[in-house]
Amino acid sequence: MLNPQVLNMLWPALWETLYMVAGAALFGHLFGIPLGVLVVVTSPGHILPNAAIHRIAGVVINIGRSIPFIILMVAIIPFTRWVVGTSIGTTAAIVPLTVAAVPYIARLVEQALHEVDLGVIQAAQGMGATPWQVIYKVLLPESLPSLVLGVTITTVSLVSYSAMAGAIGAGGLGDLAIRYGYQRFRGDVMLYTVVVLVVLVQLIQMAGNFIARRVDHRHPSS
Amino acid sequence: MRVPLLVREGVFFLHAHNGFRNGNAKNTATVPMLRLENVEKTYGRGANQVQALRGVSLDVMPGEIFGIIGLSGAGKSTLIRCINLLERPQAGRVFIDGVDVTGYKGASLRAVRRQIGMVFQHFNLLTNRTALANVTFPMEIVGVPRKEREGRALELLDFVGLREKARRYPSELSGGEKQRVGIARALATEPRLLLCDEPTSALDPETTTSFLNLLKDINRRLGLTIVMVTHQMHVVRAVCGRVAVLDQGRVAELGPVAQVFGAPQTEAARRLVKEAALGA
Repeated sequence: MLNPQVLNMLWPALWETLYMVAGAALFGHLFGIPLGVLVVVTSPGHILPNAAIHRIAGVVINIGRSIPFIILMVAIIPFTRWVVGTSIGTTAAIVPLTVAAVPYIARLVEQALHEVDLGVIQAAQGMGATPWQVIYKVLLPESLPSLVLGVTITTVSLVSYSAMAGAIGAGGLGDLAIRYGYQRFRGDVMLYTVVVLVVLVQLIQMAGNFIARRVDHRHPSS
Repeated sequence: MRVPLLVREGVFFLHAHNGFRNGNAKNTATVPMLRLENVEKTYGRGANQVQALRGVSLDVMPGEIFGIIGLSGAGKSTLIRCINLLERPQAGRVFIDGVDVTGYKGASLRAVRRQIGMVFQHFNLLTNRTALANVTFPMEIVGVPRKEREGRALELLDFVGLREKARRYPSELSGGEKQRVGIARALATEPRLLLCDEPTSALDPETTTSFLNLLKDINRRLGLTIVMVTHQMHVVRAVCGRVAVLDQGRVAELGPVAQVFGAPQTEAARRLVKEAALGA
C-alpha cells in the first residue's frame, strides 16, 4: 500500500518537521531558560528579589502565552523577515515557533526551579555562593529531571505547532497532511502522516522519560 | 551507628590547614568568636508584625560549644540565621572574631560566610550530588582545584566515618549519615565557627548520641567554636559548656549548663527543665 510516491513526500516532510522543531526547541530554550530563571530568582524571598522585574517578566510571559499561534505567526511577519530575511519557508517558520516556545518554556522552567528546596538554596548562600553560583550549581542541576521533562513537553508541543507553519509555506508533516490528505482527498497520505507523527511524538516522549529518570537521584530507587 | 575513630589522617590534615589555629594569639585569649549586641528582628508589617528577636546580646568565646535553647517560636532559628546574616537584623550588631559584619554585603559578606560552617535540621544536601560532591561543593564555590577538593572531601568523609559511602546519593543514606555528610560539608572550607540549627531534631536517639560525639570530637580536635540551637535539653547537657535560654525573642538566662539547668532562675528556664523531665 505504501507506494514510493507517498514515501517520497513523507521523507522530506519529516525532515522539514524535524528541522523546524529542533531549531525552535534550541532557540526557544536559549531564551526561555534564562527568562524562567529570571522570574524565579526575582520572586519575593528568593536569591535576587525584585518585584518590578518579576512582575514585568511575568506579564511578558503571559502576553506571549495568550496569543494563538496561528495569529502570532502572521502578526510577527515583519520581525521574521528582519531576522532571517524572508517570512516564507521552513527556516522562516523557526522564528514564530521560537517566539511561541519561549514563554511556554519560561513557565515550565519556573515550575521546575520552584521545586528546589529553599533550605538547599540558603545552605549554598550560607557557604558564600554568589547568586550566579546558586543558579548554575544549585537551581539548574537540582531541577534537572523536571527540566528534562519540560524540554520533552515543549518539543512535543512544537511538533504539533509546526503543523500550522504550513500556512506560511514551511512544509512539514502537518502541511503534507492538509494539502494532500485533506485538500486532494488522499486518505492514505493523511493516514501515513498521522502515523509518522504519532511515532515521532512517542519517540520524543520515551527519550525524555528515559533521560529524566537517568538524571534523577532524588529517590533511592533510581 | 558507628562512632568514628578519633585519630585519623584526616584529623591531622584538618589541623595543619585550619586557619583559626594559625590566627592571632589575641583572638584565642580575649576576643569573642561571636558577639551579638542587641540584635532585633521583626517579620511582616503592620498588624501581621511578629517580633522574633527583641534585643539579644551574647558572647561566644573561641573553642566553646555554646547552646541556645528555647521552646518552638522562641526565635532560636532566626537568631542563628542572623549570625551568618541569612536573616538581616533590623537593629543591633553582629561581630565575628571582633569584626562588625552587620553591614556587610556582596563579596565581603560572602567572604565572612565562607568562614562560618552551618549544619541544618533537614541536612539541606544537594539531592543530585553524591556525598563526595556535596562535600566538595563549598570548595568549588571558593575555587579550590578539583584534585585538591576531592582529596580533602575524601579525608573529611573518612573523618565522619563515611568514606565508603562517598559515591552514594543522599537518598541512599540514612538520616544520621546525611547529617554526617552535612558536617563534613560544613568543615570543608575550614571554618572558624560552626553553626548548628536543630541538628539532632530529625535524628533518632541513638543517631543523636553518635552525632553529638562527633561534634564534641570536632570541637576538641580542631578547637572549632560551635553554636548550637536546639529545643532538646539533653542535647545541650551532652555537649554544651554554656547555654542561653531564649524566650519570646529575649535571652532569659545565660550561664554554664549545670547552673542554668540545675538552678533555673527564670520562669522560661524552669518550664524547659520541667518539660524535659516530663519528656524523659
